[in-house]
Amino acid sequence: MADTLKVNPIDCTGHGVCAELLPELISVDEWGYPIVDPRPVPLALDREARRAVAACPALALKLMRTDEPARSR
Amino acid sequence: MTTTVNESTAGGAARQATGLPRLLPAAPEDLRGHLARYGAPPYRGSRDRAGVLIGDVEASGLTGRGGAAFPVYRKMAIVARARAGRKVIVANGSESEPASRKDELLLRIAPNLVLDGLQLAAEAVGATEAHLYLHYGPTPEILRALAERASRGLDGLGVTITQAPPRFLAGQETALVNRLGGGPALPTFQPPRVTERGLGGAPTLVQNVETLAHLALIARYGPRWFRAAGTDAEPGSMLTTVYRPDAKTQVFEAEIGVPLRTLLSGGAETQAWLVGGYHGTWLPMPQAAGLTLANDTLKRFEASVGAGVLVALPADRCGLTEAARVTGYLAAESAGQCGPCLNGLPRIAAGLAELAGPGHRRQTRADVERWAGLVTGRGACNHPDGTVRFVRSALTVFAPEIALHARGQCSATNRKPFLPLPNGMPTSEDDWT
Repeated sequence: MADTLKVNPIDCTGHGVCAELLPELISVDEWGYPIVDPRPVPLALDREARRAVAACPALALKLMRTDEPARSR
Repeated sequence: MTTTVNESTAGGAARQATGLPRLLPAAPEDLRGHLARYGAPPYRGSRDRAGVLIGDVEASGLTGRGGAAFPVYRKMAIVARARAGRKVIVANGSESEPASRKDELLLRIAPNLVLDGLQLAAEAVGATEAHLYLHYGPTPEILRALAERASRGLDGLGVTITQAPPRFLAGQETALVNRLGGGPALPTFQPPRVTERGLGGAPTLVQNVETLAHLALIARYGPRWFRAAGTDAEPGSMLTTVYRPDAKTQVFEAEIGVPLRTLLSGGAETQAWLVGGYHGTWLPMPQAAGLTLANDTLKRFEASVGAGVLVALPADRCGLTEAARVTGYLAAESAGQCGPCLNGLPRIAAGLAELAGPGHRRQTRADVERWAGLVTGRGACNHPDGTVRFVRSALTVFAPEIALHARGQCSATNRKPFLPLPNGMPTSEDDWT
């Protein structure tokens, strides 16, 4: 079991704080909206991922439970 | 536009062997005619036995005919299983795809088959509330059918009719639920799926009206009968809306798996096919000429049958211009809720319009490809993905035309638009109710 980052694209306002806090998994497109790594969050980045979720001003970034195992790297 | 039903041009002997058309009587049928042909809807009477219908639907292999081809029994089973005091079923006849006319025709000539399916599915999942969601509002045929059924006490549930706004996304499941709830017909982010939490939080089963008509026949004749038409992987028949070079729009009930050319050939010379409507795929000729009406064969071209809109584009039109015009419409039909779609679709449409004009900047085609990649998979609904499928296939199939236009030329000898769009393009932002 692991968590995967998901953006609710309706709620997302393209603030960009997520990409600043978690550049390993999130980049922004040319309009400022996040492009999120679809793979399970590696264990080593779990804390940073939770921080990015908590920091989203639109509450648009979520961690969702998936059945895939976490990547270790 | 003229809409004709199952003229003898398509199907032929193969159709007779499988008893088609199944859904479309030759003339509109009132309740008396409907009951004479099919008998009363076979209600099961108790919820235990209602599980039989879901099993039969599973064995039949019926998939949703609104475009997504999702297995019908799976959505039914989720709603049937849910423990809720209130459950909702919706017959979706919004037909928001502007080129599709099949649901409108079905509702006009066989409304009782759709209403049978709605009531039978409602019983099977334990629905407490039934809705009919219609593009054109209630037609005389629907109102008459509902009144005749009520006077005979045929239906377990009353049916509430809601009119869909004339927007491309109005029939999308979450948009439909929002509209039925009194709000604008805008998509929302999933999960939760509407089968789990839909109208007012109630488990909600949404099925296309044609899907329900098939279900009404499966309830009577069983899965084996249903599977006598179609292929093993995709059983049954489906309604198609067919545009051919002779410019007459026709609705055919076709057996799944028939060669596309039996539906699309005829009339003037054809340069390309469009399969699956405006979220569909352009197919090159003659490479695609051997394909059949089945997702199993179409997937090689990354195409699918969708809601059954099939177009044979005449050789005298400019496919690039047609694609650019439709893409402009699709961009305007973005709900504007998701950043990538809101920003990307208008740019893609402008880029395609530039390619379709005389001469274009060197980077325009690469820009369109990049934007197409950027919007894919990043909407709350499938509008960006469907639009990109249409655009990318147009860039491939009409590549020679792009080269001509770059030199200020165009192969068309007929400038009259071929693909239909709603009259008086959209529309204001608050036009979603």
